Amino acid sequence: MATATAALHRIRGSSLIDAIGLLILGLVVIWVVVKFAQDPTRFLNVTVLGARNGAIYGLVALGYTLVYGILQLINFAHGDVFALSGLVASTMIISVFGLDTTTGVLLIVIGLVGTLAVTIPLFAVVNATIERIAYKPLRNAPRLAPLITAVGVSFIVQNISLALYGVDFESVPNFIPRTDAVEIGGVGIGWNTIAVFLIVIPVLLVLTWFVRSTRQGKAMRAVAQDREASAMMGIDVNRTISVTFVIAGGLAAVAGLVYLLQFNIRYDTGFQLGLIAFTAAVLGGIGNLTGAVLGALMIGMVEAWNEGLDGTPGGDWTRSMIFGILIATLVFRPQGILGERTPEGA
Amino acid sequence: MSEALSRQVQRARTDKSWWVAGALIALGLAYPFIVDPLRDLPLIGDFVPGVSSMVVMMIFTTMALGLNVVVGYAGLLDLGYVAFYAAGAYVAGWLASLHFEDITFHLGSAVSGDLPGIHFNMWLVLVLAGCFTTLVGIVIGLPTLRLRGDYLAIVTLGFGEIVPQFVRNADSVGGFDLTGGTFGIAPIDSLAIGGVVFRQESNKDDLYYWAAIGLVLFTVFCCIRLRDSRLGRAWVAIREDETAAAAMGVPLMRTKTWSYAIGAFFGGVAGAFFASYRAGAFPADFFFQFSVFLLCMVILGGMGSIWGVLAGALILSYLDREGLSTIGSKIQEGGLDFDPTKYQFGIYGLIIVVMMLLRPTGLIPERRHKIELEEGVHDTPFYDVQTEGAMTDRDRSDD
Repeated sequence: MATATAALHRIRGSSLIDAIGLLILGLVVIWVVVKFAQDPTRFLNVTVLGARNGAIYGLVALGYTLVYGILQLINFAHGDVFALSGLVASTMIISVFGLDTTTGVLLIVIGLVGTLAVTIPLFAVVNATIERIAYKPLRNAPRLAPLITAVGVSFIVQNISLALYGVDFESVPNFIPRTDAVEIGGVGIGWNTIAVFLIVIPVLLVLTWFVRSTRQGKAMRAVAQDREASAMMGIDVNRTISVTFVIAGGLAAVAGLVYLLQFNIRYDTGFQLGLIAFTAAVLGGIGNLTGAVLGALMIGMVEAWNEGLDGTPGGDWTRSMIFGILIATLVFRPQGILGERTPEGA
Repeated sequence: MSEALSRQVQRARTDKSWWVAGALIALGLAYPFIVDPLRDLPLIGDFVPGVSSMVVMMIFTTMALGLNVVVGYAGLLDLGYVAFYAAGAYVAGWLASLHFEDITFHLGSAVSGDLPGIHFNMWLVLVLAGCFTTLVGIVIGLPTLRLRGDYLAIVTLGFGEIVPQFVRNADSVGGFDLTGGTFGIAPIDSLAIGGVVFRQESNKDDLYYWAAIGLVLFTVFCCIRLRDSRLGRAWVAIREDETAAAAMGVPLMRTKTWSYAIGAFFGGVAGAFFASYRAGAFPADFFFQFSVFLLCMVILGGMGSIWGVLAGALILSYLDREGLSTIGSKIQEGGLDFDPTKYQFGIYGLIIVVMMLLRPTGLIPERRHKIELEEGVHDTPFYDVQTEGAMTDRDRSDD
C-alpha cells in the first residue's frame, strides 16, 4: 500500500516537473517560430552564424564529453589546454611559418596543416601528462578529490598561458574569406562557416567510428562502463584512460586552431569557453559524442539569437542565459537530449 | 578502567586546547596595540600585516568557515560561493545606503534621520543579509542538490557566474536601477555602537577589526556546535556514504539543503560586513576566481577541520592582502623580475593540486576525514536506488 502511494507520488511529481519543462520548452519554440515569421532572412542569417560558433564550441565540448565518459570527471583544465593550444598555434602561424593574407593558398594550407602537425602531438602529450601527474594518483580517492584537483590544474594551465603570452589578445589574419560562398534568398553562408563545418563534421565522424568500431574504442567504452570488469577482461585501464586524454588533447589543439582562425584568443578565453562547452556537453547528454556537438550547436544558436535579434535581453545576459540552460537541463532532463539516464544525473 | 583513563586524557587535552584558544583570542584582540612595535622589527617587520588587512583577513576567514560547512562537513563541492558574498554585499547596499533615494526609511540607524534612502541598523543588516542569502541558498539548493557530486559543482559554478553578472547588468530591470550596474552601490553605512560611528573615528580600522574578530568567534562557535549536533553528524554521514546514510534514515535532500543554506548564511553576513567596511558593494569584487580562492583555503587547512580552515584562511588571505606583494617586492629588490601577485591564482591552483596529491587531509586534518581519505570509502553510486527512485520518495516524505 505504502509502495503504491509512493509510486503514485513519484508519477505525479515527475509528471509535474516534466510538464513545467515542456511548458518552458514550448514557449521557447513558439518564440523562435514567431521570430522566424517576423523576419525570416535575418533570422536565418543569425542562425547560420550561431551554428558556426556552435560547431566550434562543439569541438571543445567533445573533449569534455570524452573524458567525462571514461572517468566521470569534469576536466576543468580542458578549456585552458584549448586556449593554450590556440595561443601556441598563433605563434606557429605568425612567427614560425610567417603566414599573412598575401601568402598563396597552397602555402597557407601547408602552414595550417604544419601548425596542426605541431600542436596536436604537443597538446596530446600535455593532456596525457596532466592526467598522469594530477588525476591518476587520485583514481581511488573520493570523487570530490580529482574534481578539486582539476580546478587547480585549470588555474595552473591558465597561468602558464599568462606567463607565456601576457594579457593581450592574439589573433591571426583572415586566411579564410568571410564573404558569402552561397547565397539563397538573402541568406548568406560564409566561406569560413563552410570551413568550420568541413572540419567539425569529419572530426565527429572519425571520432564516432573510432569509439564504436576500433579495438581501442571498444576498450574505452568498456572502461567507461565498468573499470574493474574491463581490467579482468585484460584491458589495460590506465593505458586506455591515457589514450582518451591523448585524443582529448588532440581535439583541443584542433579546436584551438579553428577558434583562432575565427576569433582572437587570450589566456583566459579557455575558462569561459570551457564553461560554454561543458554546458553544451551536458545539454546534449554527457558522454555522448553526437550529443555534445548537437548541444553546442543549440547553445551557439541561442547565443546568436540573443545577440542578433530584437526583443531579447541582449549580449550582457548571454552567459546568464547559457547557465540558465545548464541549470534547466539538469533540473528537467539531467540525462541531456541524447544521453542515457545515468545514476549521476537522476 | 582504561576507558575512564582515556576519557580523562581526552578531557585534559580538550582543556589544553581551550587554553591555547583563549591565549590566541587574547593575542588577537590585543593585535592593534602591538602591531606598530611588530612592524618595526628587523627582517620580519615588513611581513607583519596592518590592521586594515587583518580586518579583511577576518572577513575572508568567516567566508572560508562558511564554505567549510558545505565542502568540509557535507562533502558538497560548491564552486559558486562568491554568489553569497555578492548577495550579502548587495543586501547591505539596499538596506543601508542612499541607493533607493525615493524612499526614506530609518530603523535604528546611526545616520542622521533626514537622509534619503533605506537605512536599517547596520548590525540588523548583517543578520538580514545572512537570512537573505540563506533563502538564496535554499532556492539554489532545492533544484540542484538532487544531483550528485560533480554536477552540483558545475551548477553552483553557474550560479556563481550568474549572480555577479546579474548585479553588473541589473541597473535597469524594467527601467528600475536595482544594483547600480558596474559602479555598484556606495556609500554603504558604517557599523556603529551607541553613538560611535566606526567610520568617523580615528581608529576606525581597530574598531572594525574587533568587530571582525567577534564575527569570526561567532562563526567558529556556530561551526563547533553544528559539527557536534545531530545535523552535523548527518552531514558527515552523507559525506562518507550517501547511500548508507539514506538507509539509516538521514533525509538526504533536507540535510544537504541545510548545509548549503547555513554555509550561505555566513557568506552573506561576511559579504555585508565587508560592504560596510569598504563602504560599498562593487561588482568588480565578485568573480569566479574568488570562489576557488576560498576553496583553496579550505583544502589547505583541511576539509572539515575548523582549526585547519582557520589556519588556511589566515595564511592565504594574508598572502592575498599583503604577503604576495611583500614577497614580490623582496624578490624584485633581489634583482629578479617576477611579480607573484600576477600569478596568484596559479599559485593557489598549485597549492590545491599539491595538497590534493600529497596531503589531501590538509595542514591540520580533521580526525574522521583523515580516516576516510586514508582508508577510502565506498564511494561508488548505488545504481538500484537511483533507478528505482527510492531515494526521491524518501526525500519527499520527509519534506
